[in-house]
Amino acid sequence: MAEFFTTAIIVSTVASTFRFATSYLYAAIGETFGQRSGVLNLGVDGIMLLGAFGAYYTVLKSGNLWLALAVAAAIGMLMGLAMAYASVTLQAEQGISGIGFYLFGLGLSDLLFQKLVGTPLPIDGFPNLRIPLLADIPIVGEMLFDHSIIVYGAFLLVPVAAFVLNRTTVGLNIRAVGENPEAADTLGVSVAKVRYFTVILGSTLAGIGGAALATELGIFQQNLTAGQGFIAVALVYFGAWRPLGVMFGALLYGFVAAVVLQLKTLGVIPLGASDLAAMLPALITILALVVAVQRERQPAALTKPYERGE
Amino acid sequence: MPRPETADRAGLDLEMRGIVKRFPGVVANDHVDFDVHEGEIHTLLGENGAGKSTLMKVLYGLYHPDEGEILINGHPTTIDSPRDAINLGIGMIHQHFMLVPTLTVAENVTLGLRSPRGPLLDLDSVSERIEELSATYGLQVDPGAYVWQLSVGEQQRVEILKALYRNATLLALDEPTAVLTPQEVNELFATMRSMTAEGHALIFISHKLHEVLEISDRITVLRSGRNVGTIRAEEASRERLARMMVGREVILEPEKPPVEVDGVRLMVKGVRALSNRGTEGLRGVDLDVRGGEILAVAGVSGNGQRELAEIIAGLRPTTAGTVAIDGVDVTHADPGRRRDLGLSYIPEERMRDGAVRDFSVAENLMLHQFDKPPYARHGFLDFAEIRAHCDLLIRQFDVKTPNPEAPAKTLSGGNIQKMILARELSTNPKVLVAAQPTRGVDIGATEYIHRRLLDQREAGTATLLISEDLDEILALADRIAVIYEGEIMGVVDRADANIEQIGLMMAGIREEAGSTPPAA
Ligand SMILES: Nc1ncnc2c1ncn2[C@@H]1O[C@H](COP(=O)(O)OP(=O)(O)O)[C@@H](O)[C@H]1O
Ligand SMILES: [Mg+2]
Repeated sequence: MAEFFTTAIIVSTVASTFRFATSYLYAAIGETFGQRSGVLNLGVDGIMLLGAFGAYYTVLKSGNLWLALAVAAAIGMLMGLAMAYASVTLQAEQGISGIGFYLFGLGLSDLLFQKLVGTPLPIDGFPNLRIPLLADIPIVGEMLFDHSIIVYGAFLLVPVAAFVLNRTTVGLNIRAVGENPEAADTLGVSVAKVRYFTVILGSTLAGIGGAALATELGIFQQNLTAGQGFIAVALVYFGAWRPLGVMFGALLYGFVAAVVLQLKTLGVIPLGASDLAAMLPALITILALVVAVQRERQPAALTKPYERGE
Repeated sequence: MPRPETADRAGLDLEMRGIVKRFPGVVANDHVDFDVHEGEIHTLLGENGAGKSTLMKVLYGLYHPDEGEILINGHPTTIDSPRDAINLGIGMIHQHFMLVPTLTVAENVTLGLRSPRGPLLDLDSVSERIEELSATYGLQVDPGAYVWQLSVGEQQRVEILKALYRNATLLALDEPTAVLTPQEVNELFATMRSMTAEGHALIFISHKLHEVLEISDRITVLRSGRNVGTIRAEEASRERLARMMVGREVILEPEKPPVEVDGVRLMVKGVRALSNRGTEGLRGVDLDVRGGEILAVAGVSGNGQRELAEIIAGLRPTTAGTVAIDGVDVTHADPGRRRDLGLSYIPEERMRDGAVRDFSVAENLMLHQFDKPPYARHGFLDFAEIRAHCDLLIRQFDVKTPNPEAPAKTLSGGNIQKMILARELSTNPKVLVAAQPTRGVDIGATEYIHRRLLDQREAGTATLLISEDLDEILALADRIAVIYEGEIMGVVDRADANIEQIGLMMAGIREEAGSTPPAA
């Protein structure tokens, strides 16, 4: 047990906390945009799966990681367009249509994988990018500044998202539409346009989140995400619909996952119990969510389709 | 400064000709002609459901008329969306505020407009311009405050600022006074006069006759979607307007025979309670109401009225003091127990606390007693009995509904209130708490509700009437208590009451010695 607390292990646990948090963060920040405008997208996990496969397959065929990211983003965008069409234009029940999108993504990503790839071959992800000087700081440097670009990207996204939501006209429109779409409508803000925008943006980020997962793991398999998209939705609630809060949620989740992994490698958790242990992060996050959720911050129009003149 | 291009637009003349707007089953506007000119206040008067809001929504591009045309400065114009209306210089203060509570005043005002520093918000310059407008038109409000923190009166100022900020030269105010206190109404009227002095054209919607007579230049009356006539304010009188609106003679002052008062049915003693914001909403309130009397609580909104009603109804915990119904201490009793002791409650937020929007009228009528005999036996509902009871109530209380199965949300405000009244009075309560029972309700329904409350008084009910409408209080009350910042400033007999004294107490100035002590 004592060796668990060596510096090396602590450093690697913290470092993998950030890595684990990355894919959740993309998806959850994206979901935050949708939810702040009043749309709950439960299809995130399916979109992540398609994004993950798209990125994996692109790398496999071309070796081009940036192209892979673009493919994942494009897939997310398309899925977002479909999702927005269902929830905004068709005014579908969001909880149900989201599950439909999830099942679609789950099935299609597996089908494509079976047909196009078959046996999983590993791929190389983005190389680690040591940030000059910062990465040389003892301990902290290795924890924070020795990651791949896709990890940095996720954490840079947080302040950017907060800034967009709070300081720009687009962000104001998003917040208004999620709280009182009728008020926004009477001021000439198109509720539909705003919601299309946020859902497509959110799904694009979910696609990128999937790509992050596949490239960081260097592999694809059936149901690679194992429910990450659903956790991402939960993280949005946990983070009280604020990017910063969402980030803390993602880090908590990543931390628990990293500790469990560490304990497994060290043999503290017996192999037989490893499936059980794998459920721990989800369990802890959901529990934290139940305790911490601040309902009063929930966008008032969340899940409610808008129609003028009722 | 973020002004739209058309900043120095001259005044605006509007003419609406033969407007027809149909909804399934109703013709909300039936060939309505209406016009308004710069510098003028033209009032649109009519019962609930007469079609006033519909006409305004047509003007604002929210509804497309089935027939008719709109002329702006003599030119036929189509208004397809609020954006078109805004660009034409039309502003609208909607009956239900169109504000986003979680945003600040400045954010609400600038929403939907281009920012000079786009894509970034520039809230400082917005705030500056709000302050200018506030000063010009007497609309004091803090641009940095969140809307949920504001009183109703302040929220309305934000609505007006929104329109002025967009350089609206024609402003339609849909029942702006329905939620205001007398002082706030005076302030609003001052603002409206300063707007017409600047050349704005105003459309004012109300059903309070003395207000209409005070502020209007011309008055158009709508009834069942039709224009019944347009007259100049000088030719109008309360009686004439009421007759035009309702289509029959209306009794504006109900008769109030003397009633022998009985023992104390409702007692509130030293009660303290927290408000929703966690501050002290009630700070030691003492009141008692006897059978056969109406005790009215007057006050500016937000001074503890809501907390008072809720601690009696059992919807808000007290932090000190006692509440007793018919001599039984119910301080810690749940709402059901209080009802069993004879309490009825007409809540202020009728759509939120008084009715279930999606339930049928019949279900709403039975909410409080569907589980009691004769309507339910051994856990089974007796639908025939329920149906018969509902039909009776709907008839007795004149609830206008297509049928008992129609969802409550399809009824007009006045009819929803009658439905709630029917439910609450059907048990012949010992104690009735009526919070703002006629707020936002039309004359016909108000007349009816007042008569019912007075009938109940004769039947021996102890009524606590919470109202912001002084006319209503003077018409109904036997005694008047004035509440200010969670304390009762004084209680006066109706016979001795004078408006100045009540107005002073409403502003927090305590009743001086020499006035009537609370009735013994
Ligand atoms: N969106 C709508 N759908 C169906 N009926 C409506 C709608 N809006 C208004 N109505 C009906 O049109 C009539 C006029 O309503 P409204 O213009 O709101 O009256 P007012 O503002 O004078 O109280 C009412 O019978 C109302 O029920
Ligand atoms: Mg109306």
